[in-house]
Amino acid sequence: MATQHSRSAARLMMAPAVILLLGWMLVPLTMTLFFSFKRYLPLRGDSLERGLDWVGFENYARFLSSSSFWPSVQATLVIVGGVLVVTVVLGVLLALLLDQPFWGQGIVRILVIAPFFVMPTVSALVWKNMFMDPVNGILAHLWRFFGAEPVSWLSDASLQSIILIVSWQWLPFATLILLTAVQSLDSEQLEAAEMDGAPAFARFGFIILPHLARAITIVILIQTIFLLSIFAEIFVTTGGSFGTRTLTYLIFQRVVDSQNIGLGSAGGVYAIILANIIAIFLMRIVGKNLDR
Amino acid sequence: MGRIVLDQVKKRFGDVTVIPELDLEIEDGEFVVFVGPSGCGKSTLLRLIAGLEDVTDGKIVIDGTDATEVPPARRGLAMVFQSYALYPHMSVRKNIAFPLRMARLAPAEQKRRVEQAAEVLNLTDYLDRRPGQLSGGQRQRVAIGRAIVREPSAFLFDEPLSNLDAALRVGMRLEISELHKRLKTTMIYVTHDQVEAMTMADKIVVLQAGVIEQVGSPLELYRRPRNTFVAGFIGSPKMNLICGPEAAKHDATTIGIRPEHIDISETDGAWKGTIGVSEHLGSDTFFHVQCDGLAEPLTVRAPGERALSYGADVHLTPRREHMHRFDAQGLRID
Ligand SMILES: Nc1ncnc2c1ncn2[C@@H]1O[C@H](COP(=O)(O)OP(=O)(O)OP(=O)(O)O)[C@@H](O)[C@H]1O
Ligand SMILES: [Mg+2]
Repeated sequence: MATQHSRSAARLMMAPAVILLLGWMLVPLTMTLFFSFKRYLPLRGDSLERGLDWVGFENYARFLSSSSFWPSVQATLVIVGGVLVVTVVLGVLLALLLDQPFWGQGIVRILVIAPFFVMPTVSALVWKNMFMDPVNGILAHLWRFFGAEPVSWLSDASLQSIILIVSWQWLPFATLILLTAVQSLDSEQLEAAEMDGAPAFARFGFIILPHLARAITIVILIQTIFLLSIFAEIFVTTGGSFGTRTLTYLIFQRVVDSQNIGLGSAGGVYAIILANIIAIFLMRIVGKNLDR
Repeated sequence: MGRIVLDQVKKRFGDVTVIPELDLEIEDGEFVVFVGPSGCGKSTLLRLIAGLEDVTDGKIVIDGTDATEVPPARRGLAMVFQSYALYPHMSVRKNIAFPLRMARLAPAEQKRRVEQAAEVLNLTDYLDRRPGQLSGGQRQRVAIGRAIVREPSAFLFDEPLSNLDAALRVGMRLEISELHKRLKTTMIYVTHDQVEAMTMADKIVVLQAGVIEQVGSPLELYRRPRNTFVAGFIGSPKMNLICGPEAAKHDATTIGIRPEHIDISETDGAWKGTIGVSEHLGSDTFFHVQCDGLAEPLTVRAPGERALSYGADVHLTPRREHMHRFDAQGLRID
């Protein structure tokens, strides 16, 4: 897109998509902002037809002063961070493993991708009932087989369990992106490093990992966007109890359980702010990595 | 020291035999060039010596010790790859220092050696750049720098100049030759460019399909090619190979005569023919001449400028003392 002409043509052709996306985003955003300044409790008889009372920043103040706000931010960050660490570390290892030639490579690669196609609700239910159930779960049987007391995962190690379930879903994505990156590494570089006297660990640290840096940042960026809003996994497993109430889940509870739309909307605005802080933070790092 | 001996080395990839059985001795300090057509196993042979591929059978002896099972890093060899294989995320300085860092040399010593190598290779101004910010020739020099800091017992080069343009190739060719004169280290150099082979080598190894066709100094190969393959491969333009009745007159199946050993005249000579394409290089003129009674056109070199036009009738005379004769197996007859 070098010439003036091709640039304006490009703008023209992108316009419909941009306008659609903007509308898609702007309508809910303005509605959220609008409700966040209103008192809106449908069970108490408030409705749009009768007009809503303007309450200023009261909803914001109440959401922030609620004892569950900071714990929910903390839970969100712990889950997002935990899943990122697990998926990136295991993703790199799996990608290196899958890059090796072995018998049945094609089938194994498809199997690795499979979890990505399972719906979050379904996978969370499968984990909850088939693996983590303290009476009938496979893990409980395993524990009993070794003579140990079965762990009630979702109440005693709730955050870890959620991280495990979500990581399981996102690992294929990370693995896939990292695998393509591993495959694009020039094998002569590794051979050169081998001749230069670098043992396997040094080759990983000095050659493979820097080569993967770009792919890793992309994995982190994309996953963060989706992980900030995980919901189904919490809804069907712990229902937000045992310290697994994330910001998203807290907003859901304010709107649906307590039927306080104004308060929930204020929470939504906080969530947007949090997401943006993280996004700016990440873009900085990514920008640095992608510019090279 | 850098004496390398290949003893009955064989290499198979699955069912494909790339190197059937090969013996070769490379003396310390020699500049050895492997030449051969594409796919003849030059790179494979080099990688076997480097240890990047395992031999299927046979022994590789470096400086008197059997190195067949020794990992690449401990063979004391350094390799320069065709794609340079520089580490893209490290600066030139770090690239060159990498082998020293892996050998856990003291930082001061690392710095000294890197700077010395940079000086030799004219890289001092570029030490803090990334490989991506260098030209092809500079990258090539970084790759060589990374090889020389290790002070290896032999250098292995795999077509190091094939990515460079013609002018730069000539320059780098000289630089590598000069480096060899100065370091006096064994160098093994792979190329399919016979001009590189002729100009740089102390010893040329001509390979075809994994088999050594001839080993010798450039002039030995030029003067006394052992068979028709070497005869056709060494020398530029190619030697004219003539079969049939004309060869039978000299008691041979094939006779060979180089373009520079044929005299061209407008009036009289042994063979009569018509001129086809002519190539004027200024210093020389090459004529492609279709002779009566010969299947293939002959290439003839005339020094300087010769104005002979397309379709002109000429007479050619081969110089008898420079004629090569080959038997039915393609082997030289003396
Ligand atoms: N890893 C491999 N597996 C199977 N066959 C291989 C492998 N590596 C090389 N070969 C085969 O071995 C033969 C020699 O390859 P090699 O790379 O040594 O050729 P070369 O002489 O270096 O050619 P070029 O001048 O084109 O680089 C080729 O026929 C090639 O197909
Ligand atoms: Mg090759």
